[in-house]
Amino acid sequence: MMASSYNAKDEDGHLPGSVGSGGPGAVKSKKPDNTAFKQQRLPAWQPILTAGTVLPAFFMIGLIFIPIGIGLLVTSNNIKEFEIDYTGVDMSSPCFSCSQNYSWNSTSACTCSVPFTLDQPFESNVFMYYGLSNFYQNHRRYVKSRDDSQLNGDKSSLLNPSKECEPYRTSDKKSIAPCGAIANSLFNDTLELFYNHPNGSKITIHLEKTGIAWWTDKHVKFRNPGGNNNNLSSVFRDTSKPVNWHKPVYELDPSDPDNNGFVNEDFIVWMRTAALPTFRKLYRIIQKKKDNMTPTLPPGNYSLEVTYNYPVRSFDGRKRMILSTISWMGGKNPFLGIAYITVGSVCFFLGVVLLIIHHKYGNRNNSADIPN
Amino acid sequence: MARETGESGETKSTKVKKHKRRKSKKESKTRTVHANILYDHTKGGDNPNRHYANNKIKTTKYTLLSFLPKNLFEQFHRFANVYFVFIALLNFVPVVNAFQPELALAPVVFILSVTAIKDLWEDYRRHRSDKEINHMDCLVYSRNEKQYVEKYWKELRVGDFIRLRCNEILPADVLLLSSSDPDRLCHIETATLDGETNLKQRQVVRSFIDLVSFDPFKYNSVIECEKPNNDLNRFRGYIIHRSGRRDGLYKDNLLLRGCTIRNTEEAVGIVIYAGHETKAMLNNNGPRYKRSKLERQMNVDVFWCVVILLVMCLFSAIGHGLWMFQYGDKRPVFDVLSPEGTDLSPVVSAIYLFLTMIIVFQVLIPISLFVSIEIVKICQVYFIHQDMELYDEETDSHLQCRALNITEDLGQMQYIFSDKTGTLTENKMVFRRCTVAGVEYSHDANARRLAMYQEMDSEEEDCTSHGGTLPRRDSVTSHQSGKVVLRSQSTKSHRRTGSRAEAKRASILSKHTAFSSPMEKDITPDPQLMDKVNECSSQMEFMRFHSQPLNQIPPDLCDIFDFFIALTICNTVVVSSPNQPRQKVVVYYPPGQLGNFLEELDELLSKFPEDGTPLVLLCDFRLSLTNLQFNRPEHDLQHAFSPTPPNFEKTKALAQDECELRYEAESPDEAALVYAARAYKCALVGRLPDQVTVELPHLGKLSFELLHTLGFDSTRKRMSVVVKHPLTEQITVYSKGADSVIMDLIRPATDDCKGKRQRKILYKTQNYLNLYAADGLRTLCIAKKVLSKEEYASWLQHHLEAETAIQRREELLFESALRLETNLQLLGATGIEDRLQDGVPETIASLRKAGLQIWVLTGDKQETAINIAYACKLLDPEEEIITLNADSQEACAVLLENSLHYIQAKFLCNPRPDPQAARDYAGIHFSSPVCSPASSGHSSPFLVHRLGLVIDGRTLAYALDKSLEDKFLAVARSCRSVLCCRSTPLQKSMVVKLVRNKLKVMTLAIGDGANDVSMIQVADVGVGISGQEGMQAVMASDFALPRFRYLQKLLLVHGHWCYSRLANMILYFFYKNAMFVALIFWYQFYCGFSGSAMVDQWYLIFFNLMFSAFPQLITGTLDKDVSAETLQELPQLYMNGQNSEEYKPYMFWMNMIDAFYQSLICFFIPYFAYVDSDVDLFTWGTPITTLALFTILLHLGIETKTWVTLFFTVALCYNASCPTCFSPSNTYWIMQKLLGDPIFYLLCVVTPIAALLPRYFYRACQGTLFPNPVHMGRQLDKLPVDMRRIFLSQSQMKLGSLGSLFAPRAPFFPLCGPFQKDYRPRVKQTHMSGTKQKEKAIANPIPSKSMEMRDTPLSSKNSDNHITLNFRMQEEVQSCRQGSDSPLPENLHCVKEPSSPITGTLPYTKDTPGSRTILDSTGLEAPLSPTDLCQVELLTSTPLLPQTESMQLMSPPRSCFLGQKLDDEDHSNQKSLLKQAGDVDHTHSTSCLQEHSLKTTFL
Repeated sequence: MMASSYNAKDEDGHLPGSVGSGGPGAVKSKKPDNTAFKQQRLPAWQPILTAGTVLPAFFMIGLIFIPIGIGLLVTSNNIKEFEIDYTGVDMSSPCFSCSQNYSWNSTSACTCSVPFTLDQPFESNVFMYYGLSNFYQNHRRYVKSRDDSQLNGDKSSLLNPSKECEPYRTSDKKSIAPCGAIANSLFNDTLELFYNHPNGSKITIHLEKTGIAWWTDKHVKFRNPGGNNNNLSSVFRDTSKPVNWHKPVYELDPSDPDNNGFVNEDFIVWMRTAALPTFRKLYRIIQKKKDNMTPTLPPGNYSLEVTYNYPVRSFDGRKRMILSTISWMGGKNPFLGIAYITVGSVCFFLGVVLLIIHHKYGNRNNSADIPN
Repeated sequence: MARETGESGETKSTKVKKHKRRKSKKESKTRTVHANILYDHTKGGDNPNRHYANNKIKTTKYTLLSFLPKNLFEQFHRFANVYFVFIALLNFVPVVNAFQPELALAPVVFILSVTAIKDLWEDYRRHRSDKEINHMDCLVYSRNEKQYVEKYWKELRVGDFIRLRCNEILPADVLLLSSSDPDRLCHIETATLDGETNLKQRQVVRSFIDLVSFDPFKYNSVIECEKPNNDLNRFRGYIIHRSGRRDGLYKDNLLLRGCTIRNTEEAVGIVIYAGHETKAMLNNNGPRYKRSKLERQMNVDVFWCVVILLVMCLFSAIGHGLWMFQYGDKRPVFDVLSPEGTDLSPVVSAIYLFLTMIIVFQVLIPISLFVSIEIVKICQVYFIHQDMELYDEETDSHLQCRALNITEDLGQMQYIFSDKTGTLTENKMVFRRCTVAGVEYSHDANARRLAMYQEMDSEEEDCTSHGGTLPRRDSVTSHQSGKVVLRSQSTKSHRRTGSRAEAKRASILSKHTAFSSPMEKDITPDPQLMDKVNECSSQMEFMRFHSQPLNQIPPDLCDIFDFFIALTICNTVVVSSPNQPRQKVVVYYPPGQLGNFLEELDELLSKFPEDGTPLVLLCDFRLSLTNLQFNRPEHDLQHAFSPTPPNFEKTKALAQDECELRYEAESPDEAALVYAARAYKCALVGRLPDQVTVELPHLGKLSFELLHTLGFDSTRKRMSVVVKHPLTEQITVYSKGADSVIMDLIRPATDDCKGKRQRKILYKTQNYLNLYAADGLRTLCIAKKVLSKEEYASWLQHHLEAETAIQRREELLFESALRLETNLQLLGATGIEDRLQDGVPETIASLRKAGLQIWVLTGDKQETAINIAYACKLLDPEEEIITLNADSQEACAVLLENSLHYIQAKFLCNPRPDPQAARDYAGIHFSSPVCSPASSGHSSPFLVHRLGLVIDGRTLAYALDKSLEDKFLAVARSCRSVLCCRSTPLQKSMVVKLVRNKLKVMTLAIGDGANDVSMIQVADVGVGISGQEGMQAVMASDFALPRFRYLQKLLLVHGHWCYSRLANMILYFFYKNAMFVALIFWYQFYCGFSGSAMVDQWYLIFFNLMFSAFPQLITGTLDKDVSAETLQELPQLYMNGQNSEEYKPYMFWMNMIDAFYQSLICFFIPYFAYVDSDVDLFTWGTPITTLALFTILLHLGIETKTWVTLFFTVALCYNASCPTCFSPSNTYWIMQKLLGDPIFYLLCVVTPIAALLPRYFYRACQGTLFPNPVHMGRQLDKLPVDMRRIFLSQSQMKLGSLGSLFAPRAPFFPLCGPFQKDYRPRVKQTHMSGTKQKEKAIANPIPSKSMEMRDTPLSSKNSDNHITLNFRMQEEVQSCRQGSDSPLPENLHCVKEPSSPITGTLPYTKDTPGSRTILDSTGLEAPLSPTDLCQVELLTSTPLLPQTESMQLMSPPRSCFLGQKLDDEDHSNQKSLLKQAGDVDHTHSTSCLQEHSLKTTFL
């Protein structure tokens, strides 16, 4: 009794007299239960890795992966993609002058027009992206510099944004809406696309500006403050615009109240910070023609009209415009197909190596399986 | 002596107290205890006992208030926690913060709270048990009510009088003042303290003995005693009465807390120590904390992780600085200014970034590993506890893990140090044979009976119901206090049972049983001896009756009589009868009837002159008259002593009843001897402090007045009793002890005839002793001495002085005992068998096959130890044995040097190893001829040579000296088995320490007794056998086993599993964390080294704790690489753990490299798949994390040997829920989006496969090209059961690779590097002759064979390869081989007194280096007639050498030191030479050496 109590840590309390029940017959046997769990006999599968056993796996992987890879490669190659750099670093570039002069605080707009030619027709929906290079949207302090509750329409955060937004939290004693470095550096070039018809006419291509953001972002994560109050200017009255912006947030798209303020889709897309320093972001969608007969973008000459607002020269950045069709597996990327083919063939090759090993050395083990 | 000072302070820290006690002045060495009732009216203040601790115990660490701060404080002692908190706090620095600071705290809080909850629960358990104990009841005397009232234990104070009833547990350390027992004794059971289940007697303080009833009011003495200390076996003090008289207090007066009162109706005592100051509490140390080898290894790698972390952080910081620098003054929009709006210089931001990176990469340090390991270990401990095969039904005990954190060490043991008695053997003493007055009584019937028991064992296993054969003992539940829950009274029945079926019954009957199974009790007497005993006693009786002097009895009969008397009374055995458990059987004689009796007896005598039985009665009665105690008239003797014929039957009944008497002895051999004596009708029937009653045939009951008992101690190795012989009225000393000591004390009578006879007896007895030792029996010598009145008086005077001394009492008593025990007369010797435990040889063989070196460290005699070693297959008869016996430092050095040379030379001489030997010593079950050449190419790592080393305690002491320890180790490690005899507990621990520290190996010590405690504590893993010798070893151990053979499963199966599980788990943790962190590291190249992470911060923080750890925990607990059966059948698999093959240092780096490779794949495949796309940070990051997890889990799948069903469940659960449930709003819906994205799936397929391809391929190749034994074991597992059986049973396996696999690897043994070769001695035909000889010797124990007998100890087993290394080479071979040189390993012969020739012949006599005689070769060569014993004695003694040391190297004749060519011819020559020399039939030659010659040769 005593000793066991002194050794309270003694897990099992296996000490004479520690039984509390007393009486001669009441002492319970300490024999452990004979259960599969306690005796560690749970059903189990024991894979043994030897050349013989893994051979089939290697060949299987090889045989499955190579066709998949080929399929992916074909799919990727069927995707049409066009890309044009309009940064204007070269003297020859139409936007050269704009890029030279432009900085964040210049007020006058600079426009330039970049002509390009499509050799092939673009079928189905065409997605128009702008691409930035060398832009570290994934910089740690940059990524954090936002206030999600403000963007979600929270009134108090609107007037008193999170500290994370520093130093883009207030200007002129007023809170900034939307605050933070991400919003502050919103991509503000305007891109317009014209088709130069062979007959000389310049046809504006209709660019759909909604539907480019995630549905959940637009409807759940981002909300304008004040609920259904359509008078956004009054809602944002006590806030100031981000320093680099030319117009306040409630004037991002005055034409469409559902695309204005925080729920502006260009803004939402921008706020979803890119993973890598070279990235593209969906800008517009060119809906396919209704008749299905003519391609969305027939081959021919086009021109890209750029309102050049966004300076990238300070960090050697590049700006691009990308037109791309899309397949079931997304944009054009041959890598995955190549990866599959490579892994598949490596597996196949290793399978062959294992086969040789198995034939040469495996036998002496096999005798273990078959005694006598 | 003043009162102690500062007592109150002491109560708090008992540890400090010890030091304090030593340092402080003499006054404060004692404590003074007054009776409380004297002070009850003076409330509080004046009570002199108020400073002493009260009896409330509190073992909890925390209180409600102090829990949080104290627990946190304790937790922060762990470095890992501090690191964690540091990281978390770093997050609060604004410029550094990587995560939300609150979030960063989560893991810390999690880990701290898990530990805190664990601590809280443990503390609560302690609190509960404290409370239970504190609220037990006891009777305390109350001044107001003038009676004993019930109080809680916690209310008890020092100085209280308490009344204890039978079966009560003692609430505190109590000084016994009164007992209801007529002898003023109190019996206690100390099982809870030391596990000894026998009763111990405690005496009432001397001055209170005469009190009939104790009245607390009359008590007004003061007790002065020691301060509280933890020595259970010591208590000293004195009691001062008002009259000023002082009486000593001894440990016999103290009842210790936790013991149980037995066999005593009532006792009263005064509380001396209470609560935490009781000896029991002071002895209670918490569980030990050991760090396992694996953990030590792991800590090194944790350190490397820190280095890698710092390098990565530094790299990132520099990268960030450069990245910043390239922009110069043009600040890009994405480079956010500091919150203050100021611009950071590249250098400053690099420094900040460094700190940030530490936070981001914190996962690299696997902090959760520490928690996980603890969890896994607890699970492992649980499973070990649950193992049915480690459960012992006989004792109803299973394995206990007392240390929770070294389970994996079990899988890495290299050396086992084992105790012998009680560990290898059962410690079940059975009387086997004896020698009385130089005549051997072989007890053949007894031997047959024992053999029968063994057979019965096996038979009875099937037989289940056996009801009724064992009478169920009545349980007497007297005075059971209502609330205190007590065990059954009748708990002591039979634990040491011979047959298992009986054991089962016994264990059902009761858990706590005393010694002595029927096997030990029912001794079949030797008819010859029985006759003599009868003859002797009848003669004695006759002479007594006719008032003739007793010395006319023939001396041999007299000796027999004395021998049995000595067996019966020279012990401390307590008698109890089963019907009245724990009641001494004392027969009291009513004084009033005596006169009548006498008359009636005379009448009777005339009536039945021929009948023996009434005579017995009569004599019994008459004899008892001399020693009757008349002061207790309350007992009626009517039934036993009515001298009328009808009562004859009653007497018979009584005799039968007395057969049921049970003896409770402190050591099992004592009981065995008493039972043996009883078999010869010399039964011990009663023992009182001052009187022993013996019942003899014809003579009836004899009462010996017990004058003194000089208890057994390990230094003297003997015990003695001084009695007044009732027949001769002489004061007689009976001594019983180890033969080595008793033989030294024997002094034959000086007069011619008697002396001659005694010398003869001495000589013959010695030969039989050697024979007994050869049989592995424990030998004891019995001797007596008759003291004259004057001698006794003078001794008594000294002795009393010693007894009453307070200072140095032990020393004085010791000296006093030494004075008494001299000039003894040898009576005889006994041989007691200590049987091997079940399965010991098998276990040892299997452990050895597993590559474990087994050393046996025993306190036993060399011969006994060697023979047990043979019996348990520790030594192999084919093995050579190096015996080291030296008695000086120099000699020891020389011996070691020579052994070393010998070993080297020997293995140089045999360059071509026998392929068979390779098989043998590697212990390969199934080697084929194909593989053996290959295996001999490897050298053995552990098993070195087929050599055995035997070293005795004294030599060991020299060998353990700083200067020699290296040499000793060099010799010892090259031997396959090492046997250290006669070693003290300290030496045991020194050996373990030496091996552990010098060889850097993992050591395991196993033992069962208190003498093994130090060894158990020193070893890396201490295992205690929860056997017969008490709980001390168990208390000190890390694991407690019921039986030695369980060690096999514990090590081979659980050790292996625990090790491989943990090793794999640790490596996996490193791998997975490194892989995860590396992903983020690669990302830094694409985010300007800004410390950004594509992994959600929640996920990043909890990755370590939850997602990846859970599956691993399950595999860490349940993974089985090889099944238990295979592991046990192929012990070779254990080497896997010994060589740390699962976790070698390079494996850490391999894993790191693999982790980096896998992370590269997992990073760059998604990178290229998503490059230049509109993917956002977390939409890209989530697939990466998912991939990484898939990879990690699949990796686990490859490394996991068993895919238990549970594993899948957890993995699926995790995948279904977790990635989304922890996402904060900014990663909202990403997973859902991804699940609709085909690329995600495509990535999830290709990336893990690409990442794991190399490892998968490597494993497959490894499995085929160079599979390790574990692989093979697993393959075996896959076979169907019956197939596997056939497989394993076949010693020859067709499996070529298996054989070569199990060949040991990596040379381990540097000593004999070039010479190290396999060796196997030839089996010689003479082996048979050796055993025959032994048989002959046993069969004809005739004196004329004595010379041969001396050979038998070794020739019985290894006479064939028993050759002695001759230091002096060929010169004077003959002179060295002389008869007196016994072939016994302990050949330290020395002439103690040259004038006394006989002592010289005793091979066991202690050597005194002082006297050295030169070899007398003439004596040697004198032809001798073997029949002329006296002559032999004289002659053999004359040439006896005062060898101070010699070395025996028993080896096959072919491989002698120089001439490996000693062929059979030479051998036989030697034989003939020897025969000439001393008619000694040495099958082996013995070389001996004088010290001087040795020196000239080697020094």
